[in-house]
Amino acid sequence: MKPLRSILNSIKPHFEKGGKLEKFWPVYDGFETFLFVPGHTTHSGAHIRDGIDLKRVMITVVFAMIPALLFGMWNTGYQHYLAQGITDSTHMQNFLFGLVKVMPIVVISYAVGLGVEFLFCIIKKHTINEGFLVSGMLIPLALPADIPLWMVAVATVFAVVIGKEVFGGTGMNILNVALTARAFLFFAYPTMMSGNAVWHADTAFSGKVDAVTGATALGDAASKMPIEEFTSKYSILDSFIGTIPGSIGETSTLACLIGAAILLYTGVASWRVMLSVFAGGYVMGFIFNLFGVNTLMQISPLQHLFLGGFAFGAVFMATDPVTAAQTNTGKYIYGFFVGFFAILIRVFNPAYPEGVMMAILFMNVMAPLIDHYVVQANVSRRLKRVNIKA
Amino acid sequence: MEYINIFVKGIFIENMIFAYFLGMCSYLAVSKTVKTATGLGAAVIFVLGITVPINYLLENYILKEGALAWLGSEYATIDLSFLSFIMFIAVIAAIVQLVEMSVEKFAPALYGALGIFLPLIAVNCAILGGALFMQERQYANVGEATVFGLGSGVGWFLAIVAIAAIREKIRYSNVPAPLKGLGITFIITGLMGIAFMSFMGIEL
Repeated sequence: MKPLRSILNSIKPHFEKGGKLEKFWPVYDGFETFLFVPGHTTHSGAHIRDGIDLKRVMITVVFAMIPALLFGMWNTGYQHYLAQGITDSTHMQNFLFGLVKVMPIVVISYAVGLGVEFLFCIIKKHTINEGFLVSGMLIPLALPADIPLWMVAVATVFAVVIGKEVFGGTGMNILNVALTARAFLFFAYPTMMSGNAVWHADTAFSGKVDAVTGATALGDAASKMPIEEFTSKYSILDSFIGTIPGSIGETSTLACLIGAAILLYTGVASWRVMLSVFAGGYVMGFIFNLFGVNTLMQISPLQHLFLGGFAFGAVFMATDPVTAAQTNTGKYIYGFFVGFFAILIRVFNPAYPEGVMMAILFMNVMAPLIDHYVVQANVSRRLKRVNIKA
Repeated sequence: MEYINIFVKGIFIENMIFAYFLGMCSYLAVSKTVKTATGLGAAVIFVLGITVPINYLLENYILKEGALAWLGSEYATIDLSFLSFIMFIAVIAAIVQLVEMSVEKFAPALYGALGIFLPLIAVNCAILGGALFMQERQYANVGEATVFGLGSGVGWFLAIVAIAAIREKIRYSNVPAPLKGLGITFIITGLMGIAFMSFMGIEL
């Protein structure tokens, strides 16, 4: 740490007022406060401060996503070898293959996203806020492993500029940035995102030409695979651990739950939202199960929660403190409807079996309204109490 | 069941604003606070719920080819559908006036809430759009037309109160100066459209 500090100290004068790189002060400041807890104190008022600030909060979320990322890498390799009929690949092989596939997506997402952020900070002359630390990790995890890198870049630019910077940067956006990126790709390049051919990494590394591709579990269910075949192909345990095809980070409910534990223990994410998302999904899955007219409806409500990006969305995306509802009552309502709509879209909309992402986006739009009504209800309840007394 | 389908479709899948971009002018202009947005939204539900079935009757008993058969067989070949635009808009304007007067007379409280918005609605394209969609989709009976009108109205209501809540929330955001006001509202509308796209393609 010491040498790092002294490097920072030695280049600091260049960036301060009057230095030749004065323009790039936000860039320097961003790195300095990222690496070291900043030393400044509050100037007025009796505020209580501790070491935690936005950067520390964000990095906690990134740590919480690492299990999902590592598992996603392994699973990318596993699915790749499985698709070619190789079942005896070692864990290391799986992981390395996934690493080579996934790392470029992560790097591109961070490089492009942070580049745009720095650009805006320099032009608008404010300090860098680090909301993108989390979004930059969420974007790759929500994408299929085989996506062309330029699409990642385009989607990241769109999400950061239109989704966030036009609203004034971190904390002001109305839609989750990572979800905006994913939805953009989904609607702009639908064949790349929802086709059956995208879910296995290609054969470029193995040299085999006859790439075997397969649908995601939900894609299979949507294409009317009989329920017996479905449950034998994707057992509940498999979908819980995550050895099924899907986007990089979303297949493993287990990895997401480890992340959830970290987030809840550190108090970064709201347990109200998480709990009610799962509750809403379970209730809706249960209702559909009663009807059970097609495969998607026949999937048990518990397995619904493990399939696709449900757990991933519930843990990392629905809990986004900026775009979720702000009031406590509102959080229950918001979460419940996320789960509810996720299963609803999944079952009813054959075009988007991946309903969770869309459900969260939709509820992001509705969250301010929920808050408004919760606040108004509270106001009128308390007014009534006053009137009775008077 | 058919009624529920049409109703839900009108709200989410064929949302007047996010699927067809109808009624944008009042949607953008009156969405600064949730309170006024609620008033306008309620008025739109009200007017759509009344004018769509009336236009449906007009279409099916006067304007459509062969619709005049009830007058006698010599009228059965008459096709007045070229008049439908002007008739629909005239009906809407007249109904809005009538509704405004009767609401003022019989429900002053409601008039207080909706009053200023009712005349605004006569020229809201969502209302004429509702009538024309009704004509195009050929609903089986007047009940379906009514449900369609109410459903589209509720969809419009949902859209305008949602954006009003968002606009109240972003009032304190540091939006770049050139985008303040309508600019950012257009961007929000586009993003909301993306969120609503998740419902498109649902087959009920």
